[in-house]
Amino acid sequence: MLLIDCPYCGPRPELEFSYGGEAHLVRPADPSVLNDDEWAAFLFMRGNQKGLHYERWRHLHGCARFFNAVRDTTTDKFVTTYETGTPKPDLAGKSNG
Amino acid sequence: MRYAPGRIEAHMQKFSAFSLLRQALGGHQGWQPQWRSPEPKPEYDAVIIGGGGHGLATAYYLAKEHQLTNIAVLEKGWIGGGNTGRNTTIIRSNYLFDESAALYDHALKLWEGLSQDLNYNVMLSQRGVMMLAHTIHDKQTAMRHIHSNRLNGVDNEWLTPQQAKEFCPPLNIAANMRYPIIGAALQRRGGVARHDAVAWGYARAADARGVDILQNCEVTGIRRDASGRVEAVETTRGVIRTKKIGVVAAGHTSTVMGMAGLRMPLESYPLQALVSEPVKPIFPCVVMSNTIHAYVSQSDKGELVIGAGTDAYVSYTQRGGLHIAAHTLDAICELFPMFRRMKMLRNWGGIVDVTPDRSPVIGKTPVPGLYVNCGWGTGGFKATPGSGHVFAHTIAKDEPHPINAAFRLDRFRDGTLIDEAAAAAVAH
Repeated sequence: MLLIDCPYCGPRPELEFSYGGEAHLVRPADPSVLNDDEWAAFLFMRGNQKGLHYERWRHLHGCARFFNAVRDTTTDKFVTTYETGTPKPDLAGKSNG
Repeated sequence: MRYAPGRIEAHMQKFSAFSLLRQALGGHQGWQPQWRSPEPKPEYDAVIIGGGGHGLATAYYLAKEHQLTNIAVLEKGWIGGGNTGRNTTIIRSNYLFDESAALYDHALKLWEGLSQDLNYNVMLSQRGVMMLAHTIHDKQTAMRHIHSNRLNGVDNEWLTPQQAKEFCPPLNIAANMRYPIIGAALQRRGGVARHDAVAWGYARAADARGVDILQNCEVTGIRRDASGRVEAVETTRGVIRTKKIGVVAAGHTSTVMGMAGLRMPLESYPLQALVSEPVKPIFPCVVMSNTIHAYVSQSDKGELVIGAGTDAYVSYTQRGGLHIAAHTLDAICELFPMFRRMKMLRNWGGIVDVTPDRSPVIGKTPVPGLYVNCGWGTGGFKATPGSGHVFAHTIAKDEPHPINAAFRLDRFRDGTLIDEAAAAAVAH
């Protein structure tokens, strides 16, 4: 079971969280101008990275807030967690070990 | 050097009662390797990326049905070391939608003749797959599946709790269970097969028809020409030129397709399975419960073979959380109280690629010469022969077989999803 560091509550066991999928997918500001390919890309296409993965989690059974995380999908180790709405963190100097 | 297919077949040692007897008399010193380990050629007519069951089946049917024998299967590890050797070996075809029923029943029909076709005993055992219903909603879903299956010529029948217990005596049908059993849907043609034998049998039969099986050969890049068409794969064993590439890479499909610049509607998760200590034959069939999440059967070796769920998050670790396995064991102990004191021997994970509608993608891609067979999610083993058969057709003819036409990649653009996710309400 993962130990996940909620930016609001601190480290808690995985069972308190729900997974929210890939992060930084921004809903189109003007949906009506999108064509089918652009909609498919937004709705369905995913990076599915093997390596560092930017993803959303929700501390469902805690503060219930969404936040973002960077995790290495080859080890499941978290590099960092950060608040939703903030830009992708600068990972220089961050260890993923 | 290119061999005539018939010539190579003559090299393959046929399995029969007679050959077993003859080898026994010779002290079993005369058996040959089941397939060659050739060096990669500089160029093939087609290259299959992924030496799992689906990839090997694709190569076999390309050679057998489409006379395409100058082809290679590229496997980054070893044959049988990936998801083909990690699944719970369950075979069934009782899917809700017409497209799915056609695809999975196509596979089941091929399963029924596979040992003879490959001259390799895949140990298909049609012992029946029973899916339990615990709630009224379960029963309504099961009845809808049963009626839909009947209209599609797929066998599936409703059992009362008493009939379910007659079919599977260890089953607990007590009314005081946390989730009492109110009936079950039974597909008698469903069952299990020996998964390693499926990989080995297809590898041996494909090799006999001239297919090069290249193990320890990981693809590191896909080269495209000025028109965008594929022209070569870069591998850890050198560059291999080819005009057609079939990607059958399961959990690593996104990684491989990324080499051609494509983003896929896939997410990869660890799916767990576990086996118990071996015991005498006690469990006559396959039992599944979607609602409380249990999959169990007994192998010929005597182990209970148990399927657990996926982790919640994208991962490539081939492990999975212990709480996921424990959750399944809770359900199994409730359904089969006699198993409560059994010890589990091994558990492991395989990386499964899941699509948004939980149906596979088998077809062409926006890149000319690049074909993909992926998205089998948590239930690809059962489809192995059918998947390879229709994918081989797609690669050879450059157009889908009628059975996989609906499973095209661009269904996510026009919205014609095959939503087995909603139909089953859980991973399946």
